[in-house]
Amino acid sequence: MTTQPAKSEAVGGIGRRLAGHRLLWPALILLALLLGNLAFHHDFFSVRVRDGHLYGSLIDILQFGAPLTLVALGMTLVIATRGIDLSVGSTVAIAGALACGHISTAAHPGSVATMLTAVALALGVALVLGLANGFLVSGLGVQPIVATLILMVAGRGVAQLITGGQIVTVTSAPYKMIGGGYWLTFPFAVLLATALVAFTGFVTRRSALGMLIESVGGNPSASRLVGIRAGGLLALVYVFSALCAAVAGLMISSNVSSADGNNAGLWIELDAILAVVVGGTALTGGRFSLGGTVLGALIIQTLSTTVYSLGVPPETTLVFKAFVVIVVCLVQSPVFRAKVLRRRRTTTPRSHTTAGTAPQQQEVRA
Amino acid sequence: MATPPTPRPTDSGDPQPVLEAQGIRKQFPGVLALDGVALRLFPGEVHALMGENGAGKSTLIKVLTGVHPADGGTILVDGRPHVFADPLQAQQAGVSTVYQEVNLCPNISVAENVLIGREPRRFGLIHWSAMRQRAAELLTELDLGLDVTSLLGSHSLAVQQLVAIVRAVDVSAKVLVLDEPTSSLDREEVAQLFTLVRRLRDRGVAILFVTHFLDQVFDLCDRVTILRNGRLEGEYPIGELTPVTLVQRMIGGELATLDQLSVRAHEEAAQRATSEPFLQARRLTRTGSVEPYDLDIHAGEVIGLAGLLGSGRTEVARLLFGADSADAGEVSIEGRKVLLRTPRHAIARGIAFCSENRKSEGLVGELTVRENIVLALQAARGWTRPLSRTKQDELARHWIQALDIRPGDPEAQVRHLSGGNQQKVLLARWLLTAPRLLILDEPTRGIDIGAKAEIQKLVARLAGEGTAVLFISAELEEVLRLSHRIAVLRDHRMVATLTNDDTVTPERLLTTIATGADS
Ligand SMILES: Nc1ncnc2c1ncn2[C@@H]1O[C@H](COP(=O)(O)OP(=O)(O)O)[C@@H](O)[C@H]1O
Ligand SMILES: [Mg+2]
Repeated sequence: MTTQPAKSEAVGGIGRRLAGHRLLWPALILLALLLGNLAFHHDFFSVRVRDGHLYGSLIDILQFGAPLTLVALGMTLVIATRGIDLSVGSTVAIAGALACGHISTAAHPGSVATMLTAVALALGVALVLGLANGFLVSGLGVQPIVATLILMVAGRGVAQLITGGQIVTVTSAPYKMIGGGYWLTFPFAVLLATALVAFTGFVTRRSALGMLIESVGGNPSASRLVGIRAGGLLALVYVFSALCAAVAGLMISSNVSSADGNNAGLWIELDAILAVVVGGTALTGGRFSLGGTVLGALIIQTLSTTVYSLGVPPETTLVFKAFVVIVVCLVQSPVFRAKVLRRRRTTTPRSHTTAGTAPQQQEVRA
Repeated sequence: MATPPTPRPTDSGDPQPVLEAQGIRKQFPGVLALDGVALRLFPGEVHALMGENGAGKSTLIKVLTGVHPADGGTILVDGRPHVFADPLQAQQAGVSTVYQEVNLCPNISVAENVLIGREPRRFGLIHWSAMRQRAAELLTELDLGLDVTSLLGSHSLAVQQLVAIVRAVDVSAKVLVLDEPTSSLDREEVAQLFTLVRRLRDRGVAILFVTHFLDQVFDLCDRVTILRNGRLEGEYPIGELTPVTLVQRMIGGELATLDQLSVRAHEEAAQRATSEPFLQARRLTRTGSVEPYDLDIHAGEVIGLAGLLGSGRTEVARLLFGADSADAGEVSIEGRKVLLRTPRHAIARGIAFCSENRKSEGLVGELTVRENIVLALQAARGWTRPLSRTKQDELARHWIQALDIRPGDPEAQVRHLSGGNQQKVLLARWLLTAPRLLILDEPTRGIDIGAKAEIQKLVARLAGEGTAVLFISAELEEVLRLSHRIAVLRDHRMVATLTNDDTVTPERLLTTIATGADS
């Protein structure tokens, strides 16, 4: 894999291992997207303080990107074990529906206690959903894509049952705080997401959790023979993924003060998977990068923002997104980069007499 | 790039090499794998490429066949400069290769594996019956009576290896390159392969052959090219070499103390037999894998498991480690009955197991040398009790040095290491848990003489320090040299347990393996 020493040194503060090749490309892509926006909106980078709150396009990206970042965070660990969690979108909807349903029927909708029980209810149910996924995958050996598909489909229905097919609106200042409030001028959702990412990074890298997850995903049979209890780890990552999705669901419903069983978190699992992949964690499991995932989520969110601010017609939004994602994936592929390099070099005269000209054939074969 | 027309070598005058490489250089990050290496292959010869592990044999082959681009040097095909962009181009130009890492697809049929990429077609669709027929013909040529419709993965590693060879041979090859094709084959399969190689040689094919078995070199090859540390040591007609000079040139200077190693203490073994064994297996069995067997293993004792490939040696070991769980029978450790249902049970009781499949069942290729080394210890502690980074670094450094793992970088990804060094990483992983019983399944397979001698010495030393060792190897000499007692397996049955005294000779062992009766 080619790394560019000059540039990786520039990012060197984060740590040589991470900066080397893992985060470089996602970071450059994010930067390019942001600069692209700047070309259209000259005030794109400007951040103002109004009423003691930060405002600006960058802040919007962070705030609206917070739920996606959380879902992608959970997804990263699942994918690192060679799994996938398609049910997160439904969990988002269920969590929002439960919380709003609880608040709207509570005696004191605006009290902190009601908000806390609503949050506890949502997280508790998410825990059960995560355990169910984990049990199907590790206990029964169902393929992750199938196991979580069950909840993806059924969960949407459950969310609609909870909301009675309606959009449940709530008025609760404490609840509004989670997804729409500010703390120390920052959007609370951004602070919460940052804290959870930092916490996850700390736990996975300071404990042996990260290494064991990478081992199980990188080589399951070797991991079994080395005595790793994969079952527990698998259950843990699915529970974690569901909890992350639940917090994201609380944020989303809190931001709009309502729960929509139909549309909340719709297709967020796909955005999350994209964010993970764009961030450099392979779907085949093994090595994962939380930093990459955060960058990936921000890339996806910036794309969505760009689409709106450029005034791309809504019906072409998905096509536009897909196009950018393809480009991102291509740029990250060593094979593709090598091929482009080769194309460029073929313009210089070459001879067939020595194998030394072989950089033309920089195809990477597994 | 089009293949130039290939003139047949003329009968008169100097024979022209069909493939020639000069001054080949290949740099990997941090490793100069090849430095000015030359190689000539003539039509109708079997040419051995020799060198210790990590000498650059596989890399040379990959550079020649377009897997890796070279960083310098010239490759001539039939006297003309030529660069293959990828292995497919090489194959189309008549250079067929079986790489060291067999890369077939276990979940499709044998026929598809043999003909993948060039399936017979009709109306643009795969002509399945023609494909099966063609594959069956090719297999029959090699005396391989396989059902071509069966899944490749349902066969043993050895059979898969042969299928890979059949696949390579099935192209009108001018040059056939075999990178350690015999490392997982048993005697009979090797003989089959050699018959095929000789037949191809007589047809005028040039064969480049990499192996670690010296007797195979002297048996089969006409000329030898020796690499040492990425450099060309020399090219010799086989007649100019003896096994000793060949090994000397491969390792350069100090000849490994292979033969100084001997197992003295046979009297000790007799004493041991009366003491309580560390592990005692009684009527242990698993249907379809191994018939009921009894086995006692004492502390400080090396038990060799001998038998042909597929005779059930690995299966015996896997039951003792809980990798497979037994259907019946019992195991006691230090006199107490235990249940070994999972590897964790066995590990908790001080048993360690190095699988014969280093890649698929041993190492986690993506992780670093350090992470692979501490993995077993960390797994035993669970994720909530991490080894500190300082401790990990210390352990990695210690074992890299103790076992002379190269390159000595603890942060290198383990998949980039050569086979011998990967084996050492695997050993380090278990040794640092200080096991009471170490099960080694083919620990010296596919690794060079130097590393092999080191591992053999290590086994003897561990036993001397009181570790019990169960040692599985296809090489009888090795088993004889190291073991205090030898259990012989035949057709999934333990047919004999011999105390390794002066009466046990390779011949006697062979007879037992072949007939199932101790003469
Ligand atoms: N893809 C690779 N990346 C980095 N180093 C490699 C790679 N392949 C081989 N090497 C290194 O090149 C050297 C030669 O390896 P190899 O050709 O596999 O040896 P041999 O086949 O003779 O045992 C070793 O030091 C090995 O670690
Ligand atoms: Mg090799």
